[in-house]
Amino acid sequence: MTRKKLVVIGAGMASGRALEHLFDADPDGWDVTLFNAEPRGNYNRIMLSPVLSGEKSYEEIVTHDDAWYADHGVTCRFGEKVTEIDRTARTVTGENGTVDYDKLLIATGSNPFMIPLPGHDLDGVIAYRDLDDTNRMIDAAAAGPGARAVVIGGGLLGLEAAAGLRLRGMEVTVVHLMGHLMERQLDEAAGYLLRKDLESRGIDVRVSASSKEILGQDGQVRALVLEDGTELPCDLLVMAVGIRPNTALAAEAGLAVGRGIHVDDQMITSDANILAVGECIEHDGAVFGLVAPLYDQAKVVAATLIGDEAAFRPKELSTKLKVTGCDLFSAGDFADGEGREDIVYRDPARGVYKRLVIEDDRLIGAVMYGNTADSNWFFGLVQSGEDISEMRETLIFGPAYQGGPDADPLSAVAALPLDAEICGCNGICKGTITDAIAGGATDLGAIRAQTKASTSCGTCTGLVEQVLQVTLGDDFQMPAAQPICGCCDLTHEDVRRLIKGRELKSQEAVWQELGWKTRNGCHVCRPAVNFYLLADWPLEYRDDPQSRFVNERKHANIQKDGTFSVVPRMWGGITNAAELRAIADAADKYDVPTVKVTGGQRIDLLGVKGEDLPFIWDDLNKAGLVSGHAYSKGLRTVKTCVGTDHCRFGTQDSTGLGIKLEQILWGSWTPHKVKLAVSGCPRNCAEATCKDVGIVCVDSGYQIGVGGAAGMDVKETERLVDVATEAEAIEWTTAFIQLYRENAKYLDRPYKWLAKVGLDWVKETLASADERARLVAAFELSQSIYRKDPWAEHAKQAERYQSLADLTLEAAE
Amino acid sequence: MSWIDICALDDIPLRGARKLKTAQGCIAVFRTAENEVFATSNTCPHKGGPLADGIVHGQSVTCPLHNWVFDLETGQARGEDAAIATYPLRVEEGRVWIDASGVVDRTAA
Ligand code: SRM
Ligand SMILES: Cc1cc2nc3c(=O)[nH]c(=O)nc-3n(C[C@H](O)[C@H](O)[C@H](O)COP(=O)(O)OP(=O)(O)OC[C@H]3O[C@@H](n4cnc5c(N)ncnc54)[C@H](O)[C@@H]3O)c2cc1C
Ligand code: SF4
Ligand code: FES
Repeated sequence: MTRKKLVVIGAGMASGRALEHLFDADPDGWDVTLFNAEPRGNYNRIMLSPVLSGEKSYEEIVTHDDAWYADHGVTCRFGEKVTEIDRTARTVTGENGTVDYDKLLIATGSNPFMIPLPGHDLDGVIAYRDLDDTNRMIDAAAAGPGARAVVIGGGLLGLEAAAGLRLRGMEVTVVHLMGHLMERQLDEAAGYLLRKDLESRGIDVRVSASSKEILGQDGQVRALVLEDGTELPCDLLVMAVGIRPNTALAAEAGLAVGRGIHVDDQMITSDANILAVGECIEHDGAVFGLVAPLYDQAKVVAATLIGDEAAFRPKELSTKLKVTGCDLFSAGDFADGEGREDIVYRDPARGVYKRLVIEDDRLIGAVMYGNTADSNWFFGLVQSGEDISEMRETLIFGPAYQGGPDADPLSAVAALPLDAEICGCNGICKGTITDAIAGGATDLGAIRAQTKASTSCGTCTGLVEQVLQVTLGDDFQMPAAQPICGCCDLTHEDVRRLIKGRELKSQEAVWQELGWKTRNGCHVCRPAVNFYLLADWPLEYRDDPQSRFVNERKHANIQKDGTFSVVPRMWGGITNAAELRAIADAADKYDVPTVKVTGGQRIDLLGVKGEDLPFIWDDLNKAGLVSGHAYSKGLRTVKTCVGTDHCRFGTQDSTGLGIKLEQILWGSWTPHKVKLAVSGCPRNCAEATCKDVGIVCVDSGYQIGVGGAAGMDVKETERLVDVATEAEAIEWTTAFIQLYRENAKYLDRPYKWLAKVGLDWVKETLASADERARLVAAFELSQSIYRKDPWAEHAKQAERYQSLADLTLEAAE
Repeated sequence: MSWIDICALDDIPLRGARKLKTAQGCIAVFRTAENEVFATSNTCPHKGGPLADGIVHGQSVTCPLHNWVFDLETGQARGEDAAIATYPLRVEEGRVWIDASGVVDRTAA
């Protein structure tokens, strides 16, 4: 069997790999002649940087030694440059003679680009491409302490050169044209961290700096001059500004050449007997500068040569910088773009930055700095393009936290070190928050007040809540956090904004337009969305009882035994003999086991059977009693004291104002329950200073406080405003409640909402008389629907409260 | 099987439920947004919550007392080692029928 003749031009990384594959597949089929301009065989070019820095020797990076070439019968013509290809004669001519080929493989790599600045041909101006360049750098550094180097180019090669030279003791300046280092691989944030890192090693970094001229002395480089006139003295100038595919030989031979030598998917050039591989080629418009794709190409070359089917397909690439101690990684596409979303994690204390770019639920890019431990896993996700929506919450924390579809974001938060930053805006670390928790802050509002965490842009709210949750365990009631629930990816705030902005007026519209993942929500999101819709579109949208918790659907509080409680309204806590008699009669008639005076100044009939509700309501209605909404996220009670009517200290008619307020506000739905009180003087017998809105009457008028609470949190109200007249007190109170209805997240009491938006914002908003008038009008519009007694309406549909049928007496056949 | 006519489909609110008294205890009869009907025990295995008073979403109901969520088709509680009994129903010409064999009092015959 005669061996076919293969001639290879260039003994670089691409051809080396191609030969390995070829000999593996077909050990005896080929006579190979290998030309190389460099006076040596194949070595691992990318490891020149460790050689430069002294971490490796040249011997350690040789990939194919003399013995290997001998074993495979390769005729080595190293140090001999090929000068001509004759395609008709099928010969290749080198400096020392001609050989003929059956197949030719061109693997000439690329040439470093030298900016044609004045002085670029001075001695000491070099590129960074091969072992000779590396040795010249090592020699320059050996000149002794104080030797100076300037590196033009803040990309991968330039920085590896700079770091290596610095390690060898040179004074190094990097001059980079763009605004941040490695701009093709890194975003600004990572570029910034990299720069800080290099500067901390004593490397002088100049960005947005363009070079003007190289100065010399006796034919030897002396300094680089920048456009702004700065002169940077140097003994060595390394240009690392880019590469150009080495196509001269192929072009002269008449092969199709663009930026690189054109090849098809089989790595065949425009001549069927000539293949090309590596940095010298252009495939489908792309040229290459990293080894990963070259290795893929090398496989295809071997297959094509032996007649197997194979096709080169470009893949996503990733970059790492081989500077010991600078951990960076980038892969894929990380430019901003429409429809792209970022997940960003920063820990300034440790110099860690991670950014994931997501498009259509897929990871399309990743940049990381400082901690690249999980880079391979992220790179895998970029390459596979798999759907990451299930692990989105915990994605940034890496594979360790991906337990499966239900992976718990909390364990990731629990694992964060104390110096991990939680709130970027205010620079608050996890430790600061856990300290505040240890000091008694047990909810978001308290954390915000004490640490300022999540008070600026608010995007870390979820993280802060998770820190609370992992620290407090069961003691912490996770507020319906972000997103609302598993049905969607949006926060309450986003949903509210979109309902208004996109004029979504039905639940179906919300589910469809906002990408709900479930058929029709769940018990968490449905009540919230129902409220948002009725608050924003009072006339167009009608309350949906089926999206309400049983208490609000049935207008009674469910008890632990499945019975209900009935609390009729007592306006301002005032009642009379007729009402009390009706209540007593009802208690008798419906066998009510417990009658109790509530903390809200009225009477509770507890233990009423569900079937009886419409009838007891009907009876109470007849005596003029209506629902007290003791069950609703809406107005509950307005507590009052006796005020000027009877009390010797009373300054204003607190009872009268309380009754008026209750009559205006009753029946309205709000994000959470709302309780008011009006006290006739600062002795405050109505406990007004711990209510959502509490009014304290004084001689000069009314002090309106807001944001009080006396439930799971105890909070004193803060002063909203002091007004002189009762009418103003009513106007401000109504406007405040409407503002709360329009803006707060479902299940945030006013004090929680205030902690988010700030009392100052509320004060500013309400200071405008026009805005107050608008709010009062909007509230009145809504009340035109809701200010009526639900008991009266439900009493008319008594059958709804009965069983469908009673089959207890039905007998089996 | 012998079927008993229990109500008109419209007697059950969409995404809602009603109770049905039987000799075996109360049964909850659900109607989903897509007009599917399901019947299950009305009693939550946790602490006896009345499931007919829960929020109906998808093919599930959330117990009104402590938010256990049950699959209406299988009766299985989500994330809990518990299930509720389910009963066959069928809808014909707008009426809902239940299979009597599971629900009537056998001792009465
Ligand atoms: C009946 C009553 C206790 C009593 O016998 O006095 C009561 C009973 C309930 N309260 Fe209350 N609260 C009652 C006054 C209060 C008060 C005092 C007040 O209003 O002056 C407070 C503290 C003040 C406050 O709200 O800031 C109070 C703070 C709470 C809380 C904690 C709210 C918070 O934001 O921290 C809850 C839980 C909740 O709403 O999520 C709650 C929830 C409940 C529920 C609805 C629990 C539930 O979900 O089933 C209780 C219903 C019992 C029932 O079946 O009827 N109840 N509850 C009081 C009814 C007042 C009324 O006439 O409407
Ligand atoms: C310092 C440095 C660090 C790098 N680090 C990385 C890295 O971390 N990761 C990464 O993926 N890539 C890195 N690269 C890039 C990588 O080394 C190249 O992509 C790869 O070496 C290209 O392989 P190639 O075979 O196409 O060309 P080369 O390896 O350049 O081989 C081409 C060979 O052809 C010879 N030649 C050219 N013309 C002729 C001719 N007419 N006759 C005979 N011989 C000729 C040349 O002398 C050369 O030896 C780095 C490169 C450098 C220089
Ligand atoms: S404090 Fe309120 S919620 Fe707690 S048991 Fe008493 S009535 Fe119920
Ligand atoms: S009783 Fe149903 S969840 Fe507790």
